[in-house]
Amino acid sequence: MKILVCVKRVPAPGARINVTEDGFEVDSTHLGFTTSPHEECAVEEAVQIAETHDGEVTVITLGPEAAEEQLRYAASVGVNNLVLLPIDEPDWDPQKTADALTKAIIEIEASEGVFDLVLFGNESANSGGFQVGIRVAHRLKRPIVNGIKNIEISDNEVEAHREIDGGFEVYKLPLPAALGVKEGINLPRYPTMKGRLASKKAELKTLEFSAENGNQKRNKLHRPEEQVSETVILGNGPEAAPAIVDLLEELGVLQ
Amino acid sequence: MSDFPENAKVVVIGAGIVGNCLVGHLSDLGWTDIVQIDKGPLPNPGGSTGHASNFIFPVDHNKEMAFLTYESQRQYGTLGMQTVPGGIEVARDEVRLEEFRRRMTSAKAWGIESKLLTPEEVKEMVPFINEEVIIGGFYTPSVSVVDSLETGTKMRQKAQQAGNLEVFANTEVLDVETNEDEVGISKVTAVVTTRGRIQAEYVVIACGVWSNRVANMAGATIPLTPAVHQMADVGPIDVLAETNNEIGYPIVRDMDTFCYERQTAGSMEVGSYAHRAILHHPDSIPSNEEAALSPTELPLSQEDFDPQMEQAIELMDMLGDAEIKYAIDGLLSLTPDAMPVLGETVEVENLWSAAAVWVKEGPSIAQLIAEWMTYGYPHLTDPHGSDIARLYPEERDYDHICARATEHFNKTYGIVHPSEQWESNRGQAKSPFYSREEKLGAVFYEARVWERPQWYEHNAALVDKYGIKEREAEWDSRWWSPIINAEHLALRENVGMVDLSAFQIFDITGSGAVEYAEYLAVNKIDVPVGRAVYTPWLTQNGGFHSDLTMMRLGEEHVRVVTGAFDGGRDSFWMRKHMPRDGSVTVTDKTREICTIGLWGPRAPEVLRQLTNLDLSQEGSPYGHVIDGDIAGVECSLFRISYVGDTGWEIYTSWEDGPALWDALWETGQEYEIVPVGIGVYGLTGRMEKSYRLMGAELESEYNPVEAGLARPKVKAADFIGKDAYLKMRDEDLSTILCTLIVEDLTDSQGRQRYMQGGNEPILTLDNERIVDSKGRVSRVTTAGNAPSVGEYVLMSYLPPEYAVEGTKLQVMYMNEVFPVEVAVVGSGGIFDPDDLRMKG
Repeated sequence: MKILVCVKRVPAPGARINVTEDGFEVDSTHLGFTTSPHEECAVEEAVQIAETHDGEVTVITLGPEAAEEQLRYAASVGVNNLVLLPIDEPDWDPQKTADALTKAIIEIEASEGVFDLVLFGNESANSGGFQVGIRVAHRLKRPIVNGIKNIEISDNEVEAHREIDGGFEVYKLPLPAALGVKEGINLPRYPTMKGRLASKKAELKTLEFSAENGNQKRNKLHRPEEQVSETVILGNGPEAAPAIVDLLEELGVLQ
Repeated sequence: MSDFPENAKVVVIGAGIVGNCLVGHLSDLGWTDIVQIDKGPLPNPGGSTGHASNFIFPVDHNKEMAFLTYESQRQYGTLGMQTVPGGIEVARDEVRLEEFRRRMTSAKAWGIESKLLTPEEVKEMVPFINEEVIIGGFYTPSVSVVDSLETGTKMRQKAQQAGNLEVFANTEVLDVETNEDEVGISKVTAVVTTRGRIQAEYVVIACGVWSNRVANMAGATIPLTPAVHQMADVGPIDVLAETNNEIGYPIVRDMDTFCYERQTAGSMEVGSYAHRAILHHPDSIPSNEEAALSPTELPLSQEDFDPQMEQAIELMDMLGDAEIKYAIDGLLSLTPDAMPVLGETVEVENLWSAAAVWVKEGPSIAQLIAEWMTYGYPHLTDPHGSDIARLYPEERDYDHICARATEHFNKTYGIVHPSEQWESNRGQAKSPFYSREEKLGAVFYEARVWERPQWYEHNAALVDKYGIKEREAEWDSRWWSPIINAEHLALRENVGMVDLSAFQIFDITGSGAVEYAEYLAVNKIDVPVGRAVYTPWLTQNGGFHSDLTMMRLGEEHVRVVTGAFDGGRDSFWMRKHMPRDGSVTVTDKTREICTIGLWGPRAPEVLRQLTNLDLSQEGSPYGHVIDGDIAGVECSLFRISYVGDTGWEIYTSWEDGPALWDALWETGQEYEIVPVGIGVYGLTGRMEKSYRLMGAELESEYNPVEAGLARPKVKAADFIGKDAYLKMRDEDLSTILCTLIVEDLTDSQGRQRYMQGGNEPILTLDNERIVDSKGRVSRVTTAGNAPSVGEYVLMSYLPPEYAVEGTKLQVMYMNEVFPVEVAVVGSGGIFDPDDLRMKG
């Protein structure tokens, strides 16, 4: 079982997200970087599938050189192969990204064999385009379903659950297939110290590649007006109880 | 919620461990109308307290920090906020084992139970440790873990319940306003916040890593930099979870990898002081809203932490398979000399600093500040090592702070010699003789920012001449040279010249000069013009604040000459107590006047070649200043000695200094003149005479009677501490400063050992530590060679029952005991006790 997970390096912000002066990026001056949460779950899911189905997991990212950090993080939680598609910008538009990823996957598969399963995060945490997975799967002519919260592998088939109001939609896809995974499918493990140290030695492949420009353009990021919320301490201990009752009544919670 | 007040007696900015304990202690000391603000939410506003490891290892070589840590443990314990799992420092190499023996000695001094362990004994207490990589342990059962956030909350609530405190969270300081008085001294007036402006008589900055930024708003400085301390929480780990306890195993400090392992319930916290110093500017710290975790919990710089993880796994293999659940670049505050910055800021009156404080000493430092604000000086302990006024302007420079913080960060768990010198950013203040001294092979030591020759390689040949031996133990010979003793003997035989230009010199002038000078000093300053007076300055409760010389140079002119280590504190004290009616001006003359000490039996002969002045004891009496021409240079000659030989401190202008130096040097050749370093001036010379040193023997915890410095009569004029001074003279002595001789320096390995004056405890013959009736322990305040009498000499305070000449006692050094005998009780040295050489 060969699994590919596509991940993206994104800033890990606090409650207030600042935008750079030119309005094009999240200001990451004070921020660390992480893997988009849906993708972190995709990595965990891939590692778990590989553990039970004697598989091998490859993680690929298109991003700046610094995205090595996210690839090594994936290695630290059990991923086998790391591939970096280096770009000079923090990210590209979904079309161009999909073009680059598709070509890279075709190239890798040409020498290493076909990936049975290609996993994406449902959407990236920063730009949230919801497109790359679908575009890549379409170009590869593989079926894809998004919003997946459960994956079961059987012979040449994958069963995927998509969460809907009040239940799940169940899809069965022939392999090779692609899925867009959603946070909540699992609880990603943290790396162990040994895992982290081993990840530093993991081989990282950097692919030369080209991609066609997309037609999507970011005009500007805009930070909405902050909603100022005030914490009011109603009291301490039992004597706070009447104030809490009053407030709950005011809110109409109590009948 | 209360409306934001417009006035307060005192505004405390910051609700970390320091600010919280401070409002509690202020309230206890009778302060009312306190307002505390913090820009973050409560109970964890996002400063360093919020991510502190909260453990306390009480054994410290530094007396001030050891006491403050011990007292803080007591306060946490009283509040029920402390658990005591014990702690073990482990050694991976022999050098560290030697350091453990030194730690045993400090533990003994402070009365803390500690014990050396074999690797097997460590393993018994910490079964998951790899005993193969360690060679020993230093175990302290009283190592504790505290709840600093809950302690803070309790202290705050105590003040609130007493009706003395209002607290406002989520309130950011936008400005701190000041006003200048008639004599140009700036005073704090108000704090402008996001909730409004509040006028305040006092403002205390207890803002941890943000302190300097807030101080800058008022035009003050609190010299510190935010710096990273990396830590990670790894788990779950079964053996820890099975303790069913927040902490069930002793905390382990892996001293040689600068790393610790501390259980937090089912996980292990691994913390590091081994990575490169990672400094942040206060302006680059994110706000509470911007930070992913908190402003002082920044994303881990993983590459820096990796080597530490390998070492942690090596020590405890189980850590390797535990998940890294939380890992941060935690911010803490580093100062240029690794000590806290406490007290009133030197730039702005009534604006106080309570910063660069760790959780381990937070509660006691808060009490210390509260006492300082209440009484004018703390009662708890002498804060001179933490006093913010100790720092010269050069030490407040941002680049300097960063250079020194970078240098000492990795010494957090390091083995630091008491005489260890800084390497970075040296040469900030040099005397006019510096280039000449360099040519003579001067080895420069730093007195705060001042470069002073400790000894001169030029004198290396004298080592053979006087038969001075090297020291056998590396530790004792580190930061020492036999040349010092040779210089000492050459001065005693012929004549030596000592560069004293690091003296801090202040001129008090104006119609109120003498009256004001009297108010500062214990001894009478209203003496005939030309007389100089050695005098203590006391704190309000009669302890030593300063120890210096005041010269009556004119009817309305008194010159203050003090040491390079104390210039900052003393100039601040002068300004603090200055009359505000314009009758007095204080001028810093330090960089205008340079000084050479010329001492030795042939000093008068040398000088006679260069001047027509009458240099006899009548023409230039001891303790007097005369002005005149030396080799064509206008000089003031002050007949005095801190080394116990006849001679003068010769003062001249900075510009004329080199000409004076050259004249003395060239003329002196015929008299076998030697350049002499501070190794003699500050140690061997003064030790033979038992001269006291500020910061060593003289601290605010001791008074002039105990130090043997009280004069028979008390002057009529009022002075700071006079009431206490009068009272102490009638009291039974609790302790008295003594000089002791080490009778045998031989250790168990047959080596001669030399105590370093690092608070080694004086013990009875039954190996008991000696504590006086006021709780003060007898410990070595200074130790040094007395080359002229061939002895090794210690100074220590001793209670009266031991302060008897000929009493046999012991000194502990490196966990061994050595026999000592009391040689002198009170003042008076073992060399030339009748001062015939100086005054004869």
